[in-house]
Amino acid sequence: MATDAVPFAAADASAPGQSLVPVPYVVRSLTRETADTVTLVLDPDNGGERPRFQPGQFNMLYVFGVGEAAISICGDLEQRDRLVHTVRSAGKISQALSEMAPGSTVGVRGPYGTGWPLDKAVGKDVVIVAGGLGLPPLRPAIYDLVRHRDRYGRIEIIYGARSPKDLVYYSEIQTWRARPGLRFQTTVDTAGRDWYGDVGLVTARLPDARFDPANTVAFLCGPEIMMRLTAQALETRGVPPAAIYVSLERNMKCAVGICGHCQFGPEFVCRDGPVFSYGEVRRFMTVREV
Amino acid sequence: MTKSHTTTGAPRFADHPFVQELPASLVAAMGRVAVERTYATGDILLREGEPAREFLLVVSGKVALEAVMPARPRLTIQTVGPGEVVGWSWLTPPHRWRLDARAVKPTQAFSIDSEILRTLLDEDPANGYRFLLHLLPFIAQRLENTQFQLLDVHGD
Repeated sequence: MATDAVPFAAADASAPGQSLVPVPYVVRSLTRETADTVTLVLDPDNGGERPRFQPGQFNMLYVFGVGEAAISICGDLEQRDRLVHTVRSAGKISQALSEMAPGSTVGVRGPYGTGWPLDKAVGKDVVIVAGGLGLPPLRPAIYDLVRHRDRYGRIEIIYGARSPKDLVYYSEIQTWRARPGLRFQTTVDTAGRDWYGDVGLVTARLPDARFDPANTVAFLCGPEIMMRLTAQALETRGVPPAAIYVSLERNMKCAVGICGHCQFGPEFVCRDGPVFSYGEVRRFMTVREV
Repeated sequence: MTKSHTTTGAPRFADHPFVQELPASLVAAMGRVAVERTYATGDILLREGEPAREFLLVVSGKVALEAVMPARPRLTIQTVGPGEVVGWSWLTPPHRWRLDARAVKPTQAFSIDSEILRTLLDEDPANGYRFLLHLLPFIAQRLENTQFQLLDVHGD
């Protein structure tokens, strides 16, 4: 079990930390990851500790006067003095977040939603597959896997991005790669001649991954089509659908299952997800209207 | 085309993943004509427009398939690694490569003369059909890769 983890369960809007009122945080630093993506480190405005969270959960970040967006938490569970969020500039709120100056204030409410069930991975092989900006929501889980390496079997991580310049956390990936007992493969959709790594789908890297399908837990995060293809490939290899977890993304507004914007079949992604068992949601993942 | 070291490769050919479920008679016939080639990093294995004279099965290393466009940098659209195959332009007319292939690591591959292989597949249509069934997943993977690139799924 993750040191700082809360149980694998839906958020309770009445529980501490689940209030609908944003709490002020101060931007400590902003690091550019790629041309359109930054990592924000936020300090609690009162100098205290941030709420506990589970890897895979998200916060609602409020840029005053602009609006609020759901952003996954991507920092280390054990760094209790800060909140870390990686944001791609894709709309007016995320663009405003990407341009915040150190010292400015952001409203934060959360954490919300379900997380990666690390407790179910104890004693098992772990396969993590991330695509694009799907790596940040998985980073807290990777920190925990690395910190408690002895609790798990083989650890295989596959990360795909549009191009080499779109890979986030590049230097950190090199650090993880250097650690024994963890294999981190990267692949990109296209590349120039200066790239000596793999080019192609993340699923093309799966045959190289070593794991015992019957004793494996998989965490997938990224574009839905990527997660669907990867889950199918894992299933073909013998991983039970119930042991595959996906993080879904929908238009989250209230974050507590009231407004209905993020409805996904019978579920609300904000409250019942974003992390779901693939076995639970796969029948909806091919329904166009959902 | 880069000159490559050539040795008889039949003893280990049957271990290549691509041929694992092919009919034994076809594997044996392919093995008899397969030769081992090695390439250094940067070597060009195939060049777009040139005659497609061989079928390559990668044993180790990595090969980049590159699209070349005038006045634009070369673009790697896929890499091929151990257990995979490079190209199928040799199978259908006009039997000319449609992409460049370059070793991005020291690479070892089995090469089969494409004219001999086409004859083997033509002479025994059942074997030819089994061979195509084995080749199709590689073609499908290239198509899926292209689909991802067109959708720009990681760019959203």
